[in-house]
Amino acid sequence: MSDPAPDQARAAWQEAYDSTKLRDVPFETMSGVPVDALYGEGPYPGQYPYTRGLHAAGYRSRLWTMRMFAGFGTAEDTNARFKELLRSGGGGLSTAFDMPTLMGRDSDHDWALGEVGHCGVAVDTLADMEDLFADIDLSSVSTSMTINGPAAMIMAMYIAVGENTGVERAQLAGTIQNDILKEYQAQKEYIFPPRPSMRIITDMMKFTSAEMPKWHPISISGYHIREAGSNAAQELAFTLANGFAYVEAAVASGLDVDDFAPRLSFFFNSHSDFFEEIGKFRAARRIWARWMKERYGAKDPKSMMMKFHTQTAGVSLTAQQAEINIGRVAIQALAGALGGTQSLHTDAYDEAMALPTENAARIALRTQQIVAHETGVTNVIDPLGGAPFVEWMTDEMERRAEEVFAHLLDIGNDSILEGAYAGIENGYFVGEIADAAYRFEREVNEGKRIIVGVNEFTEGDDGERNLLRIGAEVEDYQLKRLNGVKQRRDGDAVTRVLERLKTEAADPEINLMPTMIEAVKTFATEGEIVAALEEEFGTYVEKVFL
Amino acid sequence: MADEVSTNPPQLRVVLAKLGFDGHDRGIKIVARILRDAGMEVIYLGLRQSYKNVVNAVEQEDADAIGLSMHNASHMTLAPKMVAALAEAGLEVPVVVGGIVPDEDIEPLLEKGVAAILGPGASAEEVAQTIRDAVASMRAETSQA
Amino acid sequence: MSLRGLSPADIFERALAGERHALGRLITFVERDAAEAEIVAEMAHTRAGNAHVIGITGSPGSGKSTLTGQLVKLLGEAGKRAAVLAVDPSSPLTGGAILGDRVRMEDVASPDTFIRSMATRGHQGGLSLAVPGVVRLLDATGYDPIVIETVGVGQVEVDIAGTADTTVVVATPGMGDSVQANKAGLLELADLFVVNKADRPGASDVRRDLELMLDLSHLSGHDQRTGMRPEIVMTTALSGEGAPEMWDAIERHFTTIADNGQLTERRINRDVAEVRNRLMADLESRIDVMLTGNSLSGVAEVLDAVAGRSLSPTAAATQLAARISDL
Ligand SMILES: Nc1nc2c(ncn2[C@@H]2O[C@H](COP(=O)(O)OP(=O)(O)OP(=O)(O)O)[C@@H](O)[C@H]2O)c(=O)[nH]1
Ligand SMILES: [Mg+2]
Repeated sequence: MSDPAPDQARAAWQEAYDSTKLRDVPFETMSGVPVDALYGEGPYPGQYPYTRGLHAAGYRSRLWTMRMFAGFGTAEDTNARFKELLRSGGGGLSTAFDMPTLMGRDSDHDWALGEVGHCGVAVDTLADMEDLFADIDLSSVSTSMTINGPAAMIMAMYIAVGENTGVERAQLAGTIQNDILKEYQAQKEYIFPPRPSMRIITDMMKFTSAEMPKWHPISISGYHIREAGSNAAQELAFTLANGFAYVEAAVASGLDVDDFAPRLSFFFNSHSDFFEEIGKFRAARRIWARWMKERYGAKDPKSMMMKFHTQTAGVSLTAQQAEINIGRVAIQALAGALGGTQSLHTDAYDEAMALPTENAARIALRTQQIVAHETGVTNVIDPLGGAPFVEWMTDEMERRAEEVFAHLLDIGNDSILEGAYAGIENGYFVGEIADAAYRFEREVNEGKRIIVGVNEFTEGDDGERNLLRIGAEVEDYQLKRLNGVKQRRDGDAVTRVLERLKTEAADPEINLMPTMIEAVKTFATEGEIVAALEEEFGTYVEKVFL
Repeated sequence: MADEVSTNPPQLRVVLAKLGFDGHDRGIKIVARILRDAGMEVIYLGLRQSYKNVVNAVEQEDADAIGLSMHNASHMTLAPKMVAALAEAGLEVPVVVGGIVPDEDIEPLLEKGVAAILGPGASAEEVAQTIRDAVASMRAETSQA
Repeated sequence: MSLRGLSPADIFERALAGERHALGRLITFVERDAAEAEIVAEMAHTRAGNAHVIGITGSPGSGKSTLTGQLVKLLGEAGKRAAVLAVDPSSPLTGGAILGDRVRMEDVASPDTFIRSMATRGHQGGLSLAVPGVVRLLDATGYDPIVIETVGVGQVEVDIAGTADTTVVVATPGMGDSVQANKAGLLELADLFVVNKADRPGASDVRRDLELMLDLSHLSGHDQRTGMRPEIVMTTALSGEGAPEMWDAIERHFTTIADNGQLTERRINRDVAEVRNRLMADLESRIDVMLTGNSLSGVAEVLDAVAGRSLSPTAAATQLAARISDL
């Protein structure tokens, strides 16, 4: 794509815009003043490097997806909610798992006490997965699963549920987060050391590329990096670097970049520093496009187009005067919209302490609806584009990210993937994040930064800290269920398949997915499969970097 | 030099750990730095420690206090178990819990032997002072008993 | 069991009986150079002198703790009661420290292993006094071998590793480690080289560099002084690969120096050095007291005379030297 002359580019944009079906709403101000679709110069929306957005018509054609993610209790509870959602016309199912499941351990693990069914569903065996999706036609839904360390096992279970109900794996649509690098850097839900983890991920990418065309095997997440205390530029840089690392790993395993890159997607945080966030989002699209094209030789524009989901910043919510979080969330949601997000989750104001109450979750959804339908920001495509401060901020975010990439290339001998490994090993990522978190905390402490309700304007706090509790019944139920499954299954078959999995794990040439699918079909538990693989891969223990 | 140092109170040694699955370590890392900057020695165990690991560390490191960081609802099960494990090992060391603890849980935790609870809004001075106070009152308690 | 109300001698008995909190407390006495420390040192010294003391040093992040973890795992499996003393730097500003070495060892170590973390400045009288005191305690309470991990930067840390029976220097690929080691004087100290992170490219280059440097130092007579040419072992501490070979090499070194008389000599030197360090510390603190306190009459006058330029610092020192013993 050579740089077309400016008027040519404008004409190309116009053409693309004109051929887009727009939403049926008046594109005018509240007072009836009509507004243009676009102000300012190129690069135009829908054109490389996509700084101003992926689509020529921006939100004029389609608003972002208002995705609200929640879930707790048993698989059956969640199944009921799924069906409710499908009945009301939704087609996307979002699954959250409880902590033991996320860590690759079963509900009867020592540490699982008090955690089973909390913050998500407990999945120990295929039986739970079958309950979760009972009576749902997997060929007609798209399922998003937020899980990383044991993503391969969960995906294997999903495939098995499909096959047991007569749905070919090729028909399965959805996304699994599966972003293991940020686990070592930030969220800490890892199981195996980085390299074996990457082996599993490459196996999954190859498997899905070959057999599951509608499946997104990875969603690269900066959200958790930010929540762990990084600043905006670090969130941007580390996330994109992780994206590049997966690209390098996939290419090294023999895949063509355009075969899988279009199916990569991202997930960012939206914090309270308004212009910084907007600059971050715009820079993210531009950097991705440039690197995919220039460094990784992508030819398909879809490989260069960064799609991302945004969630408002959980860390920014305060327990003090919790209602004022509604204000924070509104501003952060607005930043997400002005940054051109594809989908948005707004936090509930009472989430600082625990799971959101239903009322708070509704207010959160309403907040983004206000941004979408009342503020008018969706009438103009990239309305802030061309504003000197916004463009400067975009450049600055990019510059800071490029510094990080240069460092990673340096420590990785010209490979971002190797740089990511090295940075995990030598504590670069966690150290940078902890430094940033500590700096911020000290500034708040010293009163240099005002956090409303925390170190200033503190009157009005009712001191109440409520917590939604999950009853112990979920745990009891799940333990009985797990025990029952273990009793009914063919124990020898489990042992045999796990033995085979272990042998295959030792041979990097073998793709682990087929045996993983067989294993879950014997009702081997997630924890058993993890344990078998740990014997070969080892368990990751984080080195302390402070 | 010797007399300069001896005028300072002996350095406190504090074990910091997270029990169970919870992987949120932003807070505990900040606390580690706060305590270091308050002149303490922090024995940082970090994530996913067992009671046994913490007991071992307290014994071998002769720690003066333990800081546990908790960010999920398991504080009501894990913290009292930690206190019990220490008692069983005959260790008279205060346990300070930091993180997200709802108001209604504070009293029950204190009753179960937790020395103090630090909320998310605690300042650096409060954090360090809470540890010092917990150590001091544990010492007062054990010397008078 | 509670240590409440126990005398140092009682605590020592408990430590001898294998109670780990008691040993932990004794170490605290030594670290703080508390009054109890002297009593404890007496009791310990008569019982010590058996343990094989191993120093492990190398640049930050080279894998010393991971390696030590693998080592104590092996030793535990072989039925030995090993102890680890992990020394980490303190913050020069606040004197506080974050000690994070335990984590890498705890999970692999056998339950018999004793691990103690120590901050470089967390004790009175200095690291060079505290470490031998702690090693003596570990030795007296039956731990053998005793592994001391220090970062190979800073003279004191290097010295401490260097006074072990066997000093292991850890190098890694890709960081110019062999060159670094040379600069820090680590090459001179090493009884054994470990090239860790052998899973990473460049490990054999490091080995070659080290061989080359050893060839050179052979020419300069290093081997004659130490009685043997240091071996080089390749390890991948993450997986434990090479750890048994490392232990074999450590034992080979120990046997060699035990046979050729080096060991006795080293240990005598070590004790003498400790006496010397003690004396120096004592002297230093007396001098401090003399110069800053008012305990000794006439001192203030001498210092005033120096300030008034009627007496030279040299002459003042000569006058005051005679009075140090009065303190
Ligand atoms: N690839 C690889 N990484 C290793 C190996 N050994 C240790 N590491 C990693 O290197 C990092 C540092 O390991 P440590 O054992 O903490 O190193 P250390 O020398 O004790 O570090 P300090 O005490 O901070 O000086 C960790 O991330 C380890 O996982 C190895 O053999 N191969
Ligand atoms: Mg170390």
